[in-house]
Amino acid sequence: MTNSPLTPGIVPSRLPADRIARHFADHTPPLDGHEALVAADRCYFCHDAPCVTACPTSIDIPLFIRQIATGTAESAATTIWTQNILGGMCARVCPTETLCEEVCVREVAEGKPVEIGRLQRFATDTAMARGLHPFVRAASTGKSVAVVGAGPAGLACAHRLAMHGHEVVVYERRAKAGGLNEYGIASYKSTGDFARREVDWLLQIGGITVKTGVELGRDVTLDGLLASHDAVFLGIGLGGVNSLRAPGEDKAGVADAVDFIAELRQTADLTTLPVGRDVVVIGGGMTAVDAAVQSKLLGAENVTIVYRRGQEKMSASGYEQDHATSAGVRIICNAAPVAVHGNGAVREVEFGYMADTPAGLQPTGETFRLKADQVFKAIGQTLTGAPEGATLEGGKIAALPARVWAGGDCTGGGEDLTVTAVAQGRDAAEDIHNVLMGVAG
Amino acid sequence: MANLTTDFIGIKSPNPFWLASAPPTDKEYNVRRAFEAGWGGVVWKTLGSEGPPVVNVNGPRYGAIWGADRRLLGLNNIELITDRPLEVNLREIKSVKRDYKDRAMIVSLMVPCDEESWKAILAHVEETEADGVELNFGCPHGMAERGMGSAVGQVPEYIEMVTRWVKQHSRMPCIVKLTPNISDIRKPAEAAKRGGADAVSLINTINSITSVNLDSFSPEPMIDGKGTHGGYCGPAVKPIALNMVAEIARSRETHGLPISGIGGVTTWRDAAEFMALGAGNVQVCTAAMTYGFKIVQEMISGLSQYLDDKGMTSTADLVGRAVPNVTDWQYLNLNYVTKAQIDQDACIKCGRCYAACEDTSHQAIAMLPGRMFEVMDDECVACNLCVNVCPVENCITMVEMPKGAVDPRTGDAVGDYANWTTHPNNPSVQAAE
Repeated sequence: MTNSPLTPGIVPSRLPADRIARHFADHTPPLDGHEALVAADRCYFCHDAPCVTACPTSIDIPLFIRQIATGTAESAATTIWTQNILGGMCARVCPTETLCEEVCVREVAEGKPVEIGRLQRFATDTAMARGLHPFVRAASTGKSVAVVGAGPAGLACAHRLAMHGHEVVVYERRAKAGGLNEYGIASYKSTGDFARREVDWLLQIGGITVKTGVELGRDVTLDGLLASHDAVFLGIGLGGVNSLRAPGEDKAGVADAVDFIAELRQTADLTTLPVGRDVVVIGGGMTAVDAAVQSKLLGAENVTIVYRRGQEKMSASGYEQDHATSAGVRIICNAAPVAVHGNGAVREVEFGYMADTPAGLQPTGETFRLKADQVFKAIGQTLTGAPEGATLEGGKIAALPARVWAGGDCTGGGEDLTVTAVAQGRDAAEDIHNVLMGVAG
Repeated sequence: MANLTTDFIGIKSPNPFWLASAPPTDKEYNVRRAFEAGWGGVVWKTLGSEGPPVVNVNGPRYGAIWGADRRLLGLNNIELITDRPLEVNLREIKSVKRDYKDRAMIVSLMVPCDEESWKAILAHVEETEADGVELNFGCPHGMAERGMGSAVGQVPEYIEMVTRWVKQHSRMPCIVKLTPNISDIRKPAEAAKRGGADAVSLINTINSITSVNLDSFSPEPMIDGKGTHGGYCGPAVKPIALNMVAEIARSRETHGLPISGIGGVTTWRDAAEFMALGAGNVQVCTAAMTYGFKIVQEMISGLSQYLDDKGMTSTADLVGRAVPNVTDWQYLNLNYVTKAQIDQDACIKCGRCYAACEDTSHQAIAMLPGRMFEVMDDECVACNLCVNVCPVENCITMVEMPKGAVDPRTGDAVGDYANWTTHPNNPSVQAAE
């Protein structure tokens, strides 16, 4: 192929294979043994450590780092997994710069936190490489629990339930388990098919049956699940995507960022994945950054993120924003889409500048147009397919009938992070266990 | 600039930093490099008697312990005295000394415990025109099993006897190197003095096993599945060495006996501390073995700057300055009251002071909302543990309470100097009444 970043339209193979490979290699390479010891030495083993408080799963970080420092990374992994069974993925995708590492006392003191995320990855990778799975199932309780959705919340819930001796059936609408770990993470954050390997590793505990291609509301119903199981956990995520509400968004070349990210993750040979020359991403979160950066890495000439509010309001962290701009992505703030122009396919997107006033966002009246042959919408996802009987608040599940629990992005309260979903799935499992076994909560 | 030129028992050197008798001083090649790097003197690695030289093991001869970032804190060795022929060493010593007349050249010696052996070796050394000899009564491994090294150093009568032979059969200044593997360092020092020694040097290495291999269950360093105790040195032994130097410096029997300080000297600051406690110069080994000969440049510049800052013009101004302040516990002022104080601006809120105080000391630090840590003066006994575990230098300090102020812990006003010898709880005081 002879395509280049300058080739018009949405085309594959804008860059040679070796550059694509380099672009999608591990964004944060793993620590080797020596680096891990040096990094672990920096931990002060704080009392009641702020990093633990900041971790949604409350991993005992000083303890696992001390275990690494004393040459027992496998024990460190056990410490991590006891709180967060998807600690391997979280080590890769957690925005540690806004969680544990943000509050590390060395970040406060020196502007250089202990590299908690990378150390966590070192521990979990080390133990997984040895094939260790340090959890065993309790004696069978005879109880059965349905878990809907094999994403982080569902998997964490399933593992904890299986550990307590329950039989678990996981129903997943997609072809593979993993949820956003498998379909929603930027490729350079989780290389080497790690999401699948981690699911396989998690299932080693036994007692968990995963049924893929089964969708709630289409293939099974909540009532049906309640009839065949003692309890149901819903970890169904957010299946819908917000629309631009701008004329022309149905034109060819306009797509959902989450679909692009998912397709990219499932494409074995990235030189075959088409991408535009002029890509516009609309939104201000991590999905926007992931779509934009990966477009650039595939060889798009111009990639622009456009966000309707000020930069400080972007939900993508400063670290993520820097990552985008250093990859060559331009970020325009305070502008909202007005119309998508083009004859059949998108050619330009028109934006209006916005002012953040006490009365809300107001157009200033000034507009501009960006050349675009591909537009990604990343302005938030919505809950779809919530079962009857669920009470929604703010578009998320807030209350459920008896014997039904929920966690992850489909519920409120979290920050739509993998690590939060894991915590919610784990805690729901404990709650389910207590209820099923008649333990006072 | 302060003058670092040192006159130690009549031996002059451009600075007080000598390399100790050890692997770095085993041959001409190393010693010439050391002198080029700026070392003031060397104590040539210990020579034995004529005849077939000793042999060393052919597996690892060093073991170590490390601190954070694998910083070497302690080194142990099972190497013996020089394993090169006596005549080669003597030839090289003479050659180097001829080219570096301004540097101190001391020759370390260890021969069997009979007068003839000592007389013979001394005659050879005199021919090299070396500046002095150091008697190795210290090495705790290998040679001690053959009745030499620390086997001599542990028996004051032997020390005195051999020292006397050396002074009798040689015109050279004689330094007696002491082993720390004894219960009271003053006894061998007194024996050396009685025998006529011009100085003592200390400490030699400490008997040690640095680690155990938990796969092979062998002490390290491991030789074919076995290990043996070796001599321990490096930064970890400095506190032990400082105490022993101070004991000799302040003892009535040995006060004034020149001391060459050895034991974990790694920076100019370590050297200054040894000298303040009475050492006329210092000998270095592990630091050079860890970082190479170049470190002497920092030692020279650092000591010069310190002496300048203190208004001292020579090392002699520093030597012994701390000796009068080394005392016995019973004379410490029990009315000296301090309280820990945490600098909230410097605090990084790690909470280590809190954990240490709460779990292992006097529950005198409060953890307040916002991870603010505050000393409770009514509980603080001023133990200093919080200062020691705090990762930020000078964040926690001990603040002296002024005379007359009421210590909220005891309710007593801070009084004048008073020590244990007059304290009402001291049974011997009551017995005297």
